[in-house]
Amino acid sequence: MSDWERSSTVRVVPPARARRLAKVPFVELADGRLQGVVSSGSDIERVYVSSVEAAGFTFACSTNNNRPCGGARGYFCNHIRALIGEAVLQYGVERVARYMRVDLPDGEPGVIELHGAMSAARPAQGDRAAAAPVFSRFLRHLAYLELAPTTAPLPEMQWFPPTRGVA
Amino acid sequence: MMRADLLADPVDGLDEALAAVAAFDEVLVGGLLRPQPAQAAGLAGLAAAVAGTPLAAKVAEAAEKAVAGAADEDHFVALAAARSALLGSVHDALTDRVQQAAGRTPGEWTAPAPAAQQPAGVLAAARSWLADLARCGWRGIDHDVVSGAAQVVGAMLPDPALRRQAALLDGFAAELAASCPGSALERVPARRWADLWSRGMLLTLPGATAAAPAGTATGRLLPLGVDLHEHATAVQAQVHGVFEPADGGTPLLVRASVSAPKPDTVVGAGLWQLLRPHMSLLAAVSEGRSMDLVGMPVTAEGDLLWSDAYARQGEAADAFSTARVALPTAAGGPTAPLDRHPARIAVPVFLEGYTAETGDEGLVFALAGQRLAVDTDRIPAAGPLTPEAVAASVACIGLLRWDAGSFLVQPLAVETTVRKKPVAVQAGAWAGGTADKAGVKAEKAATDAAAVLRERAGRLLRK
Repeated sequence: MSDWERSSTVRVVPPARARRLAKVPFVELADGRLQGVVSSGSDIERVYVSSVEAAGFTFACSTNNNRPCGGARGYFCNHIRALIGEAVLQYGVERVARYMRVDLPDGEPGVIELHGAMSAARPAQGDRAAAAPVFSRFLRHLAYLELAPTTAPLPEMQWFPPTRGVA
Repeated sequence: MMRADLLADPVDGLDEALAAVAAFDEVLVGGLLRPQPAQAAGLAGLAAAVAGTPLAAKVAEAAEKAVAGAADEDHFVALAAARSALLGSVHDALTDRVQQAAGRTPGEWTAPAPAAQQPAGVLAAARSWLADLARCGWRGIDHDVVSGAAQVVGAMLPDPALRRQAALLDGFAAELAASCPGSALERVPARRWADLWSRGMLLTLPGATAAAPAGTATGRLLPLGVDLHEHATAVQAQVHGVFEPADGGTPLLVRASVSAPKPDTVVGAGLWQLLRPHMSLLAAVSEGRSMDLVGMPVTAEGDLLWSDAYARQGEAADAFSTARVALPTAAGGPTAPLDRHPARIAVPVFLEGYTAETGDEGLVFALAGQRLAVDTDRIPAAGPLTPEAVAASVACIGLLRWDAGSFLVQPLAVETTVRKKPVAVQAGAWAGGTADKAGVKAEKAATDAAAVLRERAGRLLRK
């Protein structure tokens, strides 16, 4: 076993990088998708639930009230563009590319190359089935804010040291 | 004065115990659905390692069933208990060594009275999920099996009595989810995931974490520094300090903790903002003050169960004066039986007279002919202490830890030279707030992020 394999406190998942949340309050790599929520620029009550599947890049975008996004007609809409951009800020381009199974060109690829590689595959538009679970994951994510802090010690957190390394 | 030479000496029996643990860790890599011959050897080795203990019969039976691919949840609990017992013995041997090196006598453990009952249903559900993981093995995990944790964690989080289990399983499940499918992993963090799995298993036993305070503390608390822990959806800050009882009794090493669940986008200074309102001690650390405690509940381990109602601001107290004067006289607390694990070792130490050297393996302190690795990666990003400042330091308050076969020190604060002037820099200096230029910027960004999340929550959550 290497030191990494026999370390109790090795950091497997780096913390999210800080980013501004105003436009895209939620983005994650989960359920085999890059998925998240994009706030509407015009209606404060409305959000768009957007997702792109790993590997095939099948995409979907609709409002939280299950209305289709007008922009997502045959190609990535602006919400999905924003989602990809914020995912790169939060996780770093390499982790997003690895999760989405995108082969990035050599050099110093960024969000443009990532977006380009996925668009070039001419992804299909999916149905809106993913929207409800993604939105409920977003609500669950927000609900963490409402949980009470405690001052009883959590010895288990000894296994979760901070790291200065970022995604 | 720290006897660093003792830390490098071999510990009797350590390699044998860790070899049995490592072999069992490999068993979990492959999973127990259809065990292979190498896994059978690992299971037999674990049973043999605890053959002389009260666990012997149960573990032997569990190993036998597991080899046949027929282990049930009780058998998995027995295997987790055996592995935890072995690491408990490693913890004890290492702790003895640390106590010798630091010249400190360990405290005696007295079992506290059991506290509130915990709901059995959700604990059983958690155990069932962990049993599924053991059958799949780390190489066999996929999104389907990992997502089984979501419902369990969701049910646990609102109950403060289950916060330990929730924080563990939530962090563990997030890691597993990010590592799916297991078949595609380049390498597996075998020790770590077996640790988290075993711990989860034992924490699902009713009453495992229900401990009541053992007494109260009245006197003066002198902070040494802040240790931060975080995963995507939880954060904990632990202040280590020396408590001087008002009755003139022996000073004690104590900790005060504050923790909170959090969205993964709350990071950096946002962590301090989340915790700050719930423990005035964080501000005391930032301001370099002591605190006066009256009747603060404290556990047998020396964990203060903090409430601001029992504390008020004390006089100025410099952490390095505390480290030089009060720390050598302080007695350490014992460790709760279930928490005996090498990863739990975090003993406050004061080091000086070392030479900081940066080499291929990172920063080390050369001290009394020994080289002690310095874990600068644990220094919180939202703070003024940097690896460079540690490398330029002349004195250090740290936590002595052990991982992957060796001791290392985690800096909590250093004395260093900035622009030719000696200064003390605390890793947790921003915990209570900061006027530092970089700190103010980080605070602003974190405030904005939290405001967006709260606005979104307010508008969308209760519909």
